[in-house]
Parts: sequence; structure tokens; C-alpha cells
Amino acid sequence: MGFWHSFRHGVHPPDLKALTAAIPIRRLPYPDEIVLPLRQHAGNPATPIVRVGDRVERGDTLARAEGHISAPVHASAAGRVTAIELWPHPDGTHAPAIRIAVERYSPQATRPRVIPEWEGLSHEELIAAVKDAGVVGLGGAAFPAHVKLAPPPEFPIDTLVVNGCECEPYLTTDHRTMVEYPERVQLGIRIMLKCLGAKRAVVGIERNKPDAVDAIRNTLPDDLDVSVLDLTVKYPQGAEKMLIKAVLGRDVPSGRLPMHVGVVVQNVASLATIAEVFETGLPLIERIVTVTGLGIARPANLLVPVGTKLRDLIEACGGMTADAREIVFGGPMMGMAQADLDVPITKGTTGVVVLSRAETRDQPSLPCIKCGHCLDACPVFLNPQHLGALALADRYAEMEQAHLMDCMLCGCCSYVCPSHIPLSQLFAASKARVRKLKVLAA
Amino acid sequence: MWTVVATLVPILATSVMFFGPSALLVTGAATAGALITEKVFGPRRSLLDGSGMITGLLLGLTLPAGLPMWMAFVGGAFSIGFGKLVFGGLGQNVFNPALLGRAFLQAAFPVAMTTWPTAQASWWQLRGDNLALPLFSARAPDVLTGATPLGLLKFEGETTALRDLMLGTTGGSLGETAGIVILICGLYLALRNYLNWRIPASIFLSVFLFVGVLHLLFPTQYPEPAFMLFSGGLMLGAWYMATDLVTSPVTNLGCWIFGIGIGALVVVIRLWGGLAEGVMYAILLMNALVPFINRATQPRVFGTARRTAS
Repeated sequence: MGFWHSFRHGVHPPDLKALTAAIPIRRLPYPDEIVLPLRQHAGNPATPIVRVGDRVERGDTLARAEGHISAPVHASAAGRVTAIELWPHPDGTHAPAIRIAVERYSPQATRPRVIPEWEGLSHEELIAAVKDAGVVGLGGAAFPAHVKLAPPPEFPIDTLVVNGCECEPYLTTDHRTMVEYPERVQLGIRIMLKCLGAKRAVVGIERNKPDAVDAIRNTLPDDLDVSVLDLTVKYPQGAEKMLIKAVLGRDVPSGRLPMHVGVVVQNVASLATIAEVFETGLPLIERIVTVTGLGIARPANLLVPVGTKLRDLIEACGGMTADAREIVFGGPMMGMAQADLDVPITKGTTGVVVLSRAETRDQPSLPCIKCGHCLDACPVFLNPQHLGALALADRYAEMEQAHLMDCMLCGCCSYVCPSHIPLSQLFAASKARVRKLKVLAA
Repeated sequence: MWTVVATLVPILATSVMFFGPSALLVTGAATAGALITEKVFGPRRSLLDGSGMITGLLLGLTLPAGLPMWMAFVGGAFSIGFGKLVFGGLGQNVFNPALLGRAFLQAAFPVAMTTWPTAQASWWQLRGDNLALPLFSARAPDVLTGATPLGLLKFEGETTALRDLMLGTTGGSLGETAGIVILICGLYLALRNYLNWRIPASIFLSVFLFVGVLHLLFPTQYPEPAFMLFSGGLMLGAWYMATDLVTSPVTNLGCWIFGIGIGALVVVIRLWGGLAEGVMYAILLMNALVPFINRATQPRVFGTARRTAS
């Protein structure tokens, strides 16, 4: 039991998952147009290999990975490439994307493909297969999965930590994946353990998802050391470093990665996708998205072709209610507010939260009163109060010394601030600024 | 902030019960001084945050009942003007504004600030020359006055029964006599996380232990620790003044250090200093150290070494 397993600090927002927690995943009909940004993952954007006017089948590669930390992009529906141009991106910018006019009445069949028998594949072949399928972490950060499968040999991995926390309020993507596809998650664990050469896997699931805990427990393999730990509900437990602390009690050093303490963390939905690659031979072209919030008429868990526009998603859920106010990609704590209904769902979109008037509040920020609540909330033990004051004064060098780069933008400080100071947002802007200054200096 | 104001209402009501209309006049004048200064010199809409209200009320509660209203008004204006606004407004001040105002009044009007009326025959009677004209000092009070429990201890060597201290039937400033009411209101704020419980806890602990040891060694010379806890402004100071968010440390460890420092200074001033009461100066002195305490108690960032190698 994971009763005593947790991390220090953090916050307890209401989880608000009841809107969609019990709704089975359903498939979204193919929209008329699909827009696939070339940058849907951490690392280098993909390079297009199709041209305008080309006809593509569902599952065809449209853009290839550029370098090691990158991922290819595949067609999520059959159709014709109509443009490769700048298009609104969920991160708030305009970014290059491939637009595809989806063929009407198409069976959306894929080209005949050989499904590789994963057990017969070598380590390198497995990793290449995952890379070619464009699999990335589906928990939000969209880190290419094949990179995690191949840690450098000087860092032996002893444990795979499987992330089933889904600590963001509202979202039920991972929850439904665990309840409906526990065997896929288990197969994903099996493949990943083989790749890593790790001995054991621990699945961390927060206790507000008892049906998911049961589903995973009931499908545990006999021949592998896989265990389930039900964790107390606390935000941000799904953050890599916090989860490692909660499950294994290990501290990942500042500025290092989980592999430096012998751990790899992978999200349950990503594991299910890895398994799917070896079950169907299809690349990552669709994902589960929770569409929720009081601002949407019919909340749902949808299986969505990657590249579907937000507009189509909302329409499929009965449209927005009259008092809908804000749309957030991801959860309300770390998600990105959207300004355009044409933004596409990308590989990293975990959910769409349509907030109503009742769920949002205009809060003008007041002066900092140095109450110290943010220090008690910060899971990485920063001093957000001090950092916030430095950010407002543009003192970036001092912010870096005060460990700004350790901030993971979880939003706990903004959440507890009684003066409603947008601390986390300030830090996001400051981190971008520090990186830019570094590039300019180099 | 308005919650804190709300918890001051029962304390004010208790003081009205003991000191009659004078309590309302003095607190009202101090609050008016604070609010008017905030309105005139403060940033726009800053009255709405409630901090000026708290400062005014708290200052009023630390004043003696017989103080002329104009003095209380000046004190309130000084608190906000020189205690807060000159530093840059809410969140920027180093010292607790209410206590700074009180320190100013203590220096400017030492006699009026140390005349302590006791219970009168009629509840309606004013407890001093509250209505003295501005710039005039108070006429000699035609009311009964008496020493505070701490004054009695210091200058007469008498102690007061703990029951009287808890209920507030003693001489003293308006809001500091009823220890039990302050305790309840403060506990409520601590439970709601409006104040850091570590500060009052560490103040009480350090005063209790310090005086307790002295009392055990020299029972005749030093008072009982419980007397020290409930006498004078310690209750009000520990729950409402020391815990001022702006002027207390931001780290929990810092709050312990801060509270222990205040407790030690209170005991030192009360027992060996020239003054009968030392809570105000103890808190102001520790306020000055807060930036250093904050710097020395920064949390260890997750995943960094326990001690830096250098």
C-alpha cells in the first residue's frame, strides 16, 4: 500500500474528474480536415517528405524525425495534402503544419503492413520501430518515447516507474486507458522492461481511481516483477521527479534526469500506445482526449485522430454552453489557454477543458504580502515569492542563481497565492527569457 | 484580510465591555487616522484590501482607554504614513505599522500613554480626557487609575491572579486585557491558515521556558510563567502583531527563530529592562532582523546537495 508514499509540499485542488471518469472512450468520426503541426514533440520539429497535392493513406509518414530527439509525423486520415503552412499551434504561436483534406466516405483503411513480432526483435529493432511509429509521451510533455527506451549504457536502469497518477484536475485520459485497456498497458510495460533491461516496474496510481488500480492489479503478469502502488491524492504527483520520490523515495538531482538515479518514467497512455504499435503495426495517429468542464454540453472521453481541430472536437461534444469562458489544453493547473478554435489536437494534448463562468474568476493581482504560502506549496522547494519579485524587476541572472531552472511550472505557487500573483506564468516567461539570453550570448 | 478584521471585532467588543465608550472613541480615532491617510496618500483602491483597517484597529487596541482621541488619530496616521506608505505600500514595509505607530505615540506622549484607568462606577463614564482638543494634552483624569499587572509586578512586586488576566478585569491597553478572547480568535486564524501558528507557538514556548527556569531557580524573585504569558500585550502581540505576514519571515524555520527571539527579548525587557512592558520593542527589533532570517533559512532546493561543497 502506498499510504506513506508521497512527496513533500504540493497542493490539493479539487479533482473534478467525476464529469468524465465513468464515461467509456468513444471514437470521434473523421473530420473534414486534419492539420498536423511538424512540432508535436519535445526536440527538433519533423521535416516534411510530402508535397502539396500528394494523396496520402492513413498511417503514411508525412514528415521524418530530424535528429535523435525528434519524432516523425504520420497521416491520421486518408486524403490530399492541401498546404504546408503556418497554422495556429496549441502553444500560442503559429507553426508549420501539414493540412490534409480528408477523403469523404473513405474506409480509412491503412496500407497492408507487416506487424512485427516484438519478442523476436532485437533491442535496436524495437527502438527503431518505436521511433518510426512517432510515439511520444502522451502525458503532456510529448518527449519522444524511443529516447527513453535507449538510455546511455553508463546509466543502468533498475526500475521502470509507470505514471498513472493523472494528478491534474478534470482529466481522465489515463484513467480510462487503465480501465479499458489494462492488457495494453501491461504489454507496454513488458516491452519497455525488455528494452531497458530493468528488473522491475512499479505502477503509481492515485487513490481517487480505484477502478484503475483494480484493473491494473487484476492483469499483473506472473513472470515479471510488476507492482501497483496506490498513492495519496496530491498535486503534482504525476511530475516525474515527484513520482520517483513518492514511489521509490529517490531524489533526482537538480538539473539531472531520472536515468541518473536508475529510473525511467513512462506514462500509462504512452505504454498502451507502444503496445499498440506492435499489435496493429500502426503509428501514433490517434489518441484519447478528455473533453470536459462545465462549459461543454456533453463531456466525453474521445479517441481522436491527431490533427483534429478543436472546433470539430467541441462540436462532437454538443458544443459549448452559453456561459463557456475559457478553453484550456491540458489540465487547469499546467494547461495552455487557447485563443483559436482552429488549433489542432496534437500528440501531447491530454485534454480539452472548457471552463464556464462558474469555474473561472477574474482576480486582479495584489501586492505580495510575504505570507510564505508559496514556499510551503513548492514541491521543488524554491522561494517563489523571491523569484516573483525578481521576475517583475527583470533580474534574470539572479533568478537563475535562485534555481529558476528547477521550476517545473506546476502552478502550485499561483494556486495558493492569496494575492493572486501569476507566479507560475511569470516563471514560464522568465525561463523562456533566460534560454533566449543564453542563445544570444553563445 | 477582512477575515482578520472580523476576528478583531470580538476583541474590540470585550474592550468596550471593560472600558465603556472610551474604547470605541480611541479605536475609532486610530482607525480613522489610518484609513484617511491610506485614502489620501495610498495607491488607488488600496482601502479595499483591508490592511489599513487592520493596522488602525490593532493600533487602537494597544492604546490606553483614556488617551485623547486626537493623539490616537495622529498615531493611526503615523502608522500608515511612516509605517507602511513610505516603504512603498503594502508588502514593502519592514516594521509592523501598528507597533511603529504605538512606538511613536509612546515617545511623543509618554504620560498619556501610561495612564491606565481601572473599572469605574458607571459604564458610560469616559475613562479619561478622550475629547481633549487637538494639540492639548489631557487634563488630569478625574477617574480612578491604577497600574497594569506588569507595572504592579515591576514596581510593587505584586502579582495578579491568573483568572483576572484571562478574563481581562485588570488595567491595561484596550485590547490586551482579555487573554482568553484573543487566544480564541488567534486560534481560529491559525486553523484557517491566516497566520503561521509557529510564530505564537514559539513565542509562548520560549517565554514559558525562559521564565519557567528562572521561576524554578528563584521562586520569590521571578513570576510564574503563566502570569507572563497572559499579562501585558503578549497575547495580542503574539497572535496579531508578530504574525503580520509582511513583517515576519517567509520560511517556517525562520518563523521559529523569529518567535523564539521575540520571546527571549520580551522576558529580558520585562524582567531586567527599565520598562514594565517589552512586547512592542521585542517585535520591532525582530522585525528588523527578518530579512537576515529569511536569507539564512532558504529552503534546500529539491535534488541539491544537503551542504554545498564549497
